[in-house]
Amino acid sequence: MSTATRSLPRTIGAHAILLTYTAIALFPVILVIMNSFKSRAGIFSEPLTPPTPKTFDLIGYTTVIGQGDFFHYFQNSLVVTVGSLFFVLLFGAMAAFALSEYRFRGNTLMGLYLALGIMIPIRLATVAILQLMVASGLVNTLTALILVYTAQGLPLAVFILSEFMKQVSDDLKNAGRIDGLSEYTIFFRLVLPLVRPSMATVAVFTMIPIWNDLWFPLILAPSEETKTVTLGAQLFLGQFVTNWNAILAALSLAILPVLILYVIFSRQLIRGITSGAVK
Amino acid sequence: MGSLKIENVKKAFGPVEVLKGIDLEVTDGEFVVFVGPSGCGKSTLLRVIAGLEDSTSGRVLIDGEDVSVTPPAKRGIAMVFQTYALYPHLTVKNNMGLGLKQAGTPAAEIDRRIGIASSMLSLEPYLERRPAELSGGQRQRVAIGRAVVREPKLFLFDEPLSNLDAALRVNTRLEIAQLHRRLKATMIYVTHDQVEAMTLADKIVVLNAGKIEQIGGPMELYNSPANEFVAGFIGSPKMNFIDGARLGETAKTIGVRPEHLTVDPKSGAWKGTVVHAEHLGADTNLYLDCEKAGLITVRIFGVYDAEPGATLYATPDPAKTYRFGADGKVLK
Ligand SMILES: Nc1ncnc2c1ncn2[C@@H]1O[C@H](COP(=O)(O)OP(=O)(O)O)[C@@H](O)[C@H]1O
Ligand SMILES: [Mg+2]
Repeated sequence: MSTATRSLPRTIGAHAILLTYTAIALFPVILVIMNSFKSRAGIFSEPLTPPTPKTFDLIGYTTVIGQGDFFHYFQNSLVVTVGSLFFVLLFGAMAAFALSEYRFRGNTLMGLYLALGIMIPIRLATVAILQLMVASGLVNTLTALILVYTAQGLPLAVFILSEFMKQVSDDLKNAGRIDGLSEYTIFFRLVLPLVRPSMATVAVFTMIPIWNDLWFPLILAPSEETKTVTLGAQLFLGQFVTNWNAILAALSLAILPVLILYVIFSRQLIRGITSGAVK
Repeated sequence: MGSLKIENVKKAFGPVEVLKGIDLEVTDGEFVVFVGPSGCGKSTLLRVIAGLEDSTSGRVLIDGEDVSVTPPAKRGIAMVFQTYALYPHLTVKNNMGLGLKQAGTPAAEIDRRIGIASSMLSLEPYLERRPAELSGGQRQRVAIGRAVVREPKLFLFDEPLSNLDAALRVNTRLEIAQLHRRLKATMIYVTHDQVEAMTLADKIVVLNAGKIEQIGGPMELYNSPANEFVAGFIGSPKMNFIDGARLGETAKTIGVRPEHLTVDPKSGAWKGTVVHAEHLGADTNLYLDCEKAGLITVRIFGVYDAEPGATLYATPDPAKTYRFGADGKVLK
C-alpha cells in the first residue's frame, strides 16, 4: 500500500468505522449464538456474558435435536431455498438475455412489466395465491412455496441481470453465431459465465428473504411434513411458556446453511473470471 | 468462389435509416476496404453481409446465391472483430477449432488446418493457452487464425487494428496484407483510418452517412475524387478547401492538397504568415494564414526552416487543383 494515497490516521479512522459497524451488525447474531449455549437461568440472569462453566448448557440443542423432526424442517428449508434460487436464476437470466439481446416489439414495455414486481409486494396477493393453491391442490406442498418464491425473486433478478447482460460484448456473441453456436449455447456457454458475479449478487439477495420467511410457510404449507425451519422454531414459542433455549439453538443452527451458501456465492462475487474475454 | 453482390440494401433501426441503399460488387480474390467516418454505417453493412443483422430491404448475394435467409454459420464467411471476441473459456487451439467442430469437420482435418494457420501466424507456442494469458497483438492474431481455419469464401474484418498500439498496428497490417496474398481469398475490411484503407485495398468504398460516396482504387480516389467529401477524407494532411469567391473563381470551392502547394519567401500566388510548423523529419507541415485563401496547410518534403510569424508565399500546382460545384461534386 503506498503512503501517498493512504496516511496512517486515515487508515485507522476507516478501520475504526468499519469495525464499529461490524460489531453493531454482528452483535445480535453473537448474542443469539452465545445464549444458545447457556442454561435457562444463565440466559435470564446474565444475557450479555459468554457462557461460563456454571451457565454452560446444551439443553437447547438437545431439545431441538430431540424433537426429531428438526432435521426434516431443515431439509424442507433447503429444498425450498435452493429450488427457488435455481428457478429464479435460470428464468431470470433467460428473460434478461431475451430483453437485452433481441429487438422485438414491446421490448421496453415487457422489461418494465417484468420489473414491476420489485415495487409491488407479493404478500398483497396472499389471499389470491392461497385460493390458487387450494384450487390446484398444492396446499401443504413444497412446490407451492417454490412457485411463490420464484415469482417473488424474479423481478429483481430480471432487472439486475438484464443490466449486466447488456454489457456483454456483442462481438463475442456474434463470433459464436458465425461459428455456428446455437442461441442456447451462446447463452449458457458464453454469456452466463461472464455474468457469474452478478448472478451471485442476485442469488444472495434472493436467498436470504426466502430462508427467513415465515409468512408463506405458515399460510401455504403449515403441515408437519412441509414445515420449514423458521416455522418449526415457532413450536417452542408458546403462548404462556417459551422455550428460549430451544429457540436460540434452532436459530443458531438455522444460520449455518445460509452462511455456507453465502460463502459459496461471495467467492463468485469476488472472482474476476471475465478478464481476457475481450480487449 | 468468393464473389459478393449487394443490391440496394437498406437498413433502418426504428425510424433511423442507417444504410440508405447500398449497391456494390466485389469480385473473387479482391481486397475491398469500407472506409468512412465513425457512425456512417460500415459495421452495420458488414453485419448485414455476415447475416448478423437483417437488412430492411435489398439483397445480398454470395457467389451468385441469395443468402438473405441463410444463417451466418452457413454463409461461408469468417469475421474478425475489433474487440477480438475470443471465447474466454477455451484455449487458443479450441478457439480456432470451434467453428469447424460445430460444422462436423473430422478432428484430423481440424488439427491440420489449425497447424497451417498457427504456423502462418506464428501462434504455435500459444496453442494451449487461454486468451487471458495473451497480449493484445497475440489475441488479434488468434482471432485472425480463427477466421483462417474456416477457409471461408469471404473474410470480414471490422476495424481489427483499432485496439492495438501504433507499432503493432503497422505489423499486423502487414500480416493481413501477406495473408491476402497467400490465401488469394476475398476480403472485406472495415476501417475509419484512411491510411489503412490506402495501404491494404485493391478497391476502396468510401461511405458517408449510409451512402456510398465513391468506389475506386486507392490512386483513383486520390487523383480523381468524385466530390468534396472523398477529396477531404482521402489523403493526410487533409486537402485545403478554399471558398471560390475569395479567389475570384466561378467554382463554389477550390481544393488543393497540402503536398501540391509550394512555398517561396519572396513571391507566389497567396501571401501568408506561418502560424505553426510541424517538423516530422521526412516532411514539414506548415500552417499558413493567407490573406486570400485563409488558413491552409502546406506539406513540404524534407526539412524546411520556417519560424511562426514569418511571411511566405504559397503557390498551388494548377494541374492538381480541384474545383467543386455547389452540390459538392467535382466540376469537369
Ligand atoms: N443495434 C442498433 N440499434 C440502433 N442503432 C444502431 C444499432 N447499431 C448501430 N446503430 C446506429 O447505426 C449507425 C451506424 O453504426 P455503425 O454501423 O456501427 O457505424 P460505424 O461506421 O462506426 O461502424 C450509428 O449511428 C449507430 O448509432
Ligand atoms: Mg464500427
